[in-house]
Amino acid sequence: MHYLDNSATTAVSPAAAQKAMKLMTCCFGNPSSLHALGIRAEHELQAARETVAGTIGADSREIIFTSGGTEANNLAVFGASEAKRRTCKRVVVSSVEHSSVREAAQKLSDEGWEVVQIPPATDGSVRPADVAAAVTDHTALVSVMLVNNETGVVNPVEEIFEAVHLKNRQTICHTDAVQAFGKLDFGVKRLGADLLTVSAHKVHAPKGCGALFVRKGVRILPRQIGGEQERRLRGGTEPLPAVAAFGVACGEFQTEANLATVRSLNAYAREKLLSIDGVVCNSPENALPYVLNISAGRVRSETMLHFLEERGVYVSSGSACAKGKPSYVLRAMGFEQKRADSALRVSFSKNNTTKDVDALVEGIALGLQTLAYR
Amino acid sequence: MKEILLLKDGEIVLKGLNRRQFEDVLIRNIKYALKGLGGFQIKSAQSTIYIVPQSEDVDLDEAVDRISRVFGLVSFSRAAMCPEKTLDSVLATAPVYLEKMLCAAKTFKVEAKRSDKQFPYKSPEICREAGGALLAKYPHLKVDVHHPDVTVYVEIRDFGAYVHADPIRGAGGIPVGTGGRAVILISGGIDSPVAAYMMAKRGVKLTAVHFASPPYTSQRAEEKVVRLLQKVSRYAGPMRLYTVPFTKMQEKLRDDCPEELFTIIMRRLMMQISEKIAKQRECGALITGESLGQVASQTIGALGCTDEATDMVVFRPLIGMDKQEIINLAYKIDTYDISIEPYEDCCTVFTPRHPHTKPILKFVKSAQEQADFEPLIEEAMEHLKITYIE
Repeated sequence: MHYLDNSATTAVSPAAAQKAMKLMTCCFGNPSSLHALGIRAEHELQAARETVAGTIGADSREIIFTSGGTEANNLAVFGASEAKRRTCKRVVVSSVEHSSVREAAQKLSDEGWEVVQIPPATDGSVRPADVAAAVTDHTALVSVMLVNNETGVVNPVEEIFEAVHLKNRQTICHTDAVQAFGKLDFGVKRLGADLLTVSAHKVHAPKGCGALFVRKGVRILPRQIGGEQERRLRGGTEPLPAVAAFGVACGEFQTEANLATVRSLNAYAREKLLSIDGVVCNSPENALPYVLNISAGRVRSETMLHFLEERGVYVSSGSACAKGKPSYVLRAMGFEQKRADSALRVSFSKNNTTKDVDALVEGIALGLQTLAYR
Repeated sequence: MKEILLLKDGEIVLKGLNRRQFEDVLIRNIKYALKGLGGFQIKSAQSTIYIVPQSEDVDLDEAVDRISRVFGLVSFSRAAMCPEKTLDSVLATAPVYLEKMLCAAKTFKVEAKRSDKQFPYKSPEICREAGGALLAKYPHLKVDVHHPDVTVYVEIRDFGAYVHADPIRGAGGIPVGTGGRAVILISGGIDSPVAAYMMAKRGVKLTAVHFASPPYTSQRAEEKVVRLLQKVSRYAGPMRLYTVPFTKMQEKLRDDCPEELFTIIMRRLMMQISEKIAKQRECGALITGESLGQVASQTIGALGCTDEATDMVVFRPLIGMDKQEIINLAYKIDTYDISIEPYEDCCTVFTPRHPHTKPILKFVKSAQEQADFEPLIEEAMEHLKITYIE
């Protein structure tokens, strides 16, 4: 199997899986229980919280565990806007956000909020000046993702938040860092983020867990109530097996070394793929090397995907939805419909080798020769 | 209190000397529908089928739900069996059994059916006595013989006396298996499951055929067809699904045939392969979900060209229906939500930009013959995948 869809999800690392197993069978207490078993569980929870916080340069009290990236993004968008409902009426998001931010913003718009969408420049990244220009005295929240999930484009979030805060110190700045987490060295302080989303299953931990960083002093309101857990911002018993495994996976980060591996893998793939007639690259040169978005001739994404799958190569179709609906990210970057229609997202992990890339290249070359197109 | 189901035969009561055969099939279908729900005694008399649970713990709600999808029944009732076949027993049973309904109602009436003519009271007398008993127990009620909130039925039959409220509408139609066998061509869209349902309603036992073209269509499209057929089989009974590997034929189509005839030749190939499967399965007809004028391959001209590919009779139960009417039926049989899942089926990749809406048979046939699909059809027939739908 050649798994090149690591931006969708990743294999859980053996150590993380073992940890989860242990917490499901032996140390299975509820972290809120008063007895010894509960206290042991609470220690595990705290340990995981500290590791996760450490990886982004946060304090452990600033980490709110959620069920995943989507919930954390929802909590950020709704929680921040709700907290500022009295004084604010505007929310600014980029037009290439993940659907858990985009659709949440759409819902706010339905409820009467002024939602401003900032389109990216042609290289796919969002310009600080464009965002700052949309920020007013009554802007509750700005949300711009750190790394785009379809193209790997890295947004200048640091500059964006600086520009936003220059204009309105009170505006809450959120970044969805799901695709950057564990892959890029960033600290919440340097970014100037008030809220930041991460997800466990993209970094070799189980599904069902994520976290929202909430900077000390930033007030947001909960979406899920009924319990003292997570500083009352997210009621409900913590999914400890997943959370603890998340902590273990974070402890295994070797960001710099992995980045170097993946960078050379990406360069190798780029060179090989672009030498095939008809293949073009949609990810810019300076994108995060973990994601490589390409368009293969005129063969539709889904067809090529299934063709590659028959050969044991797993990638993702660039388009968000199957039936001919092209990716809004690629469209926003100004690519024509045909190119967006045939987009494939190749995404690497530290576990990939050049053999995986060779299988991909071979598959695409053969697919372009044999598959029908329109 | 013992509850039973009283099922009223539909149009099979109009059958002549072979009525018995129809009833046997209907009872077999009912038994199949009730499988796994526990023991039932099932007997038939006077155009009525009695379903008597043999134990207390039978889930009668589920039984009612399943019976409502058995073709061949015009209506059915959930009734209380009176302990004895006497007027007193009826008068004691009715107020208790229908308590909830009568408490919520303002008006009512009583209807009596006395098919056992040995019973000492005549129908109007039964009505009068039962009405009186109910009024005595529930003084808030008023009698309204024209538009009552609740109608209380008292049935005096050979096997006993029964009390029930308004009957539930049955699925109608005639029992599946009495109308012969046919092959349904199923794509995964909205129309074909509805077409399958409609022909099953006329008693047709189905075999399904699906054309898969990996990698142009996905595994999910095939799974979707299975889930659609599972919904259909709640009405049509168990069936087989034949999945035909179609990729090579479509690729040949693209290579060797004029683009504007892609769809029409593809439809012809599907008909020819389905006919072969139909003959294997001793089916007498093909069924499609085509509706006149819906798409380019469903014009009169195109349907004519498609029909010519097979000697079998082709049923198109949706031919005169609007899309919305079809969708309404898809909602009813609960296939709509599955049908609209967005997986590529039967190849939108090969759709011509400008398909012929008035193809000329002569040209279509010669294009198809030139390409020579016979070896590929043979090959596909050897690689059919069979899935059992229950």
